Amino acid sequence: MEKNSHSGVSRRKFLQKLGVAGIGATSPLFISSCSGESSRKKMKVLTLDNKLIEVDATELKIAKASNDKSYLQQEGREGIKGKKFVMVIDLSKCRNERKCMKACQSAHQLKPEQHHINVLEMEDEISGISYFMPKPCQHCNNPPCVSVCPVDATFKRQDGIVLIDNERCIGCRFCIAACPYSARSFNWTDPRDADKYKDVVYNVELNVPQKKGTVTKCAFSADRVREGKLPYCVSACPNGVYYFGDANEDLVTNGTTKETVRLSKLLFDNSAYVLMPELGTKPSVYYLPVRTNNS
Amino acid sequence: MMDSAEKSFKKVERDLLASVNWGVKSKVWMGFLLLLLVVCLFYYVKQLRNGLGVTGLNDIVSWGVYISNFVFFVAASLIGMLISSVLGLIGFKWITPILRIAEIIAVSFAMVAGLIIITDMGRPERLLNVFIFGRIQSPIIWDIVVVMTYVVISLLLLYVPLIPDIALCKDKKKGVPAFQRWIYKVLSLGFTYKPNQFKLVEKYIRILAVLIIPVALAIHTVTSWLFAMTLRAGWDTSIFGPYFVSGAFVAGCAAVIIAMYFFRKSYNLQDYITDSHFNKMGKLLVMVALIYVYFNINELLVAAYKLKSGEAEHLQSILWGHGSPMFWLVQIGGLVIPFVLLIIPKMRKPLPSLIISIVILVAAWYKRYVIVIPVQEHPFLPVQNVPDYYSHYTPTLPEIAITIAPFILVLIIMTVLSKVFPVVSVWEAKESSVEEQNR
Repeated sequence: MEKNSHSGVSRRKFLQKLGVAGIGATSPLFISSCSGESSRKKMKVLTLDNKLIEVDATELKIAKASNDKSYLQQEGREGIKGKKFVMVIDLSKCRNERKCMKACQSAHQLKPEQHHINVLEMEDEISGISYFMPKPCQHCNNPPCVSVCPVDATFKRQDGIVLIDNERCIGCRFCIAACPYSARSFNWTDPRDADKYKDVVYNVELNVPQKKGTVTKCAFSADRVREGKLPYCVSACPNGVYYFGDANEDLVTNGTTKETVRLSKLLFDNSAYVLMPELGTKPSVYYLPVRTNNS
Repeated sequence: MMDSAEKSFKKVERDLLASVNWGVKSKVWMGFLLLLLVVCLFYYVKQLRNGLGVTGLNDIVSWGVYISNFVFFVAASLIGMLISSVLGLIGFKWITPILRIAEIIAVSFAMVAGLIIITDMGRPERLLNVFIFGRIQSPIIWDIVVVMTYVVISLLLLYVPLIPDIALCKDKKKGVPAFQRWIYKVLSLGFTYKPNQFKLVEKYIRILAVLIIPVALAIHTVTSWLFAMTLRAGWDTSIFGPYFVSGAFVAGCAAVIIAMYFFRKSYNLQDYITDSHFNKMGKLLVMVALIYVYFNINELLVAAYKLKSGEAEHLQSILWGHGSPMFWLVQIGGLVIPFVLLIIPKMRKPLPSLIISIVILVAAWYKRYVIVIPVQEHPFLPVQNVPDYYSHYTPTLPEIAITIAPFILVLIIMTVLSKVFPVVSVWEAKESSVEEQNR
């Protein structure tokens, strides 16, 4: 009885959530298959907060994709519960093919001179040997950019990802001044293909469409990570440079070989380091130093 | 005795109220300023339309002349505090005729500084976000709070001593436009020259003079923290607060000397702003410049002795590299000239001190440029895969025009204030004339 009395409201609420889940996480096939079933049939579905619930199959409707995208902002700011994303970059393997940069720039609507990830040619101070170093945002655990932002436009989520909300950014560029890794870029003029992206709904996890007069930065491909996929740059690399994963699980997956390894062991065995540890920023990006016997 | 006092009162009133009018000359001057402002505004509209891409800024040097200009304006506005509060509270009498000039400079530079920040924003239409989503962790929020507080207290510190003079203007200046008469009526607050009213005015001036000291120190310290709170080599230093404040007094003293010279000349104030004032302001400038030299030595030598990796690159660039010509120009113009030349008594006469002050003020502007820009040209990681010009910032024409606009705005504010109100305090000038006769 009690269940019935509040089901009217909660069902509507639930269906909103379901619509959300339908767009965000599951394939359209799922919804079309259930809408054809008989009224007695119950369906098990997963809500946004990971609860498995059962509903009458006839109540299921196909949600329209353009209806309400406010959930993008909310989930984008909250992040994914229980996760702590990290990246490991194996410098020995980088051949400067720049597939990562291209994949990133096309996904994030960037111009050729705008980099969320930038492959730098570095010189080892002691040996003089040069090597290539891909440099994404370090997603610091003590992020100087987040501290200085006056409007909370750039923020750190519970899963460790530092994002920028370009619908709130006022364009003061204090975060650019504060970032010791030069990881941020600004839309000085209209972004690339501004017309093409004109009607796209803003997704804070992808930071697309880009907006003139706002800052943009590497998002650890938060949109892909939400779908359980590897970031754009990680999947694009042909040389197995990148590992990406969850520090809480202590597992990272190589983007090229799809091999999953234990994070702590990978870091320890290869004498991993972070960039400029003396600054106290505590990066989430680890580097495996160049080893000539490997390359 | 009474007669001569009466006479000198009349003369003081006549002399000091003479400039409160809109003559042809001042109208032409205002027209010229407004025309220049319109030209600059045209470029700002262009920037609004096309984005900050019309400037020379880029992802490596993302703060340019707008920010260094902002620092300069905040610096120049600090002089109001030094002269009217510190010197006033200590009890120096000679500052009386230049108090109002110092306050007018403080008010106009501080108000315009706030506008400069807006010109630097990528999304100025989102300014309100600062109040809606403001985060107390951000030094920008601290800066906004203290600059607004400083503007309010400085306005009061300009206004409260003006009340007796506004009442005088209301009684004596019948020929001015109706609107201006209405302003006098409202702003004089019914002041009727009663002794207890004067007492009240003097009491409030003292309270404000005390209040403004911490706020003034705060605005420039917080402004320095916009840089010092970052991890960048060259900015990441704990000396920036006092370093900025002492530099501000150098710029401010120079600004006051320049203003004194032109007000004295165009408003015939030779009997009030005398050679002795230039002499004393020159000495004050020597003193603050020496303090600034001390902080410069601290700032440079400590870093240059250790040559930490990031610092070394930055120092190399400003001492003998790409940025060195400007650095040395600034250090000689802004430091050596003020304290070496102004030690010579002849150099503290009005005209020489005007010329020296102009050199100091220009050097002070470039000094902020040297503080803000070269540091960004040498980030920790190499600058690659971006156009070559990224690490060599040069301001563009629209950017320069938008940087000049605040100066025009300051001149407009100073002109209007000095045309509507007497630029030297009439009642305080009367007081000092009485004191002189009693001596």
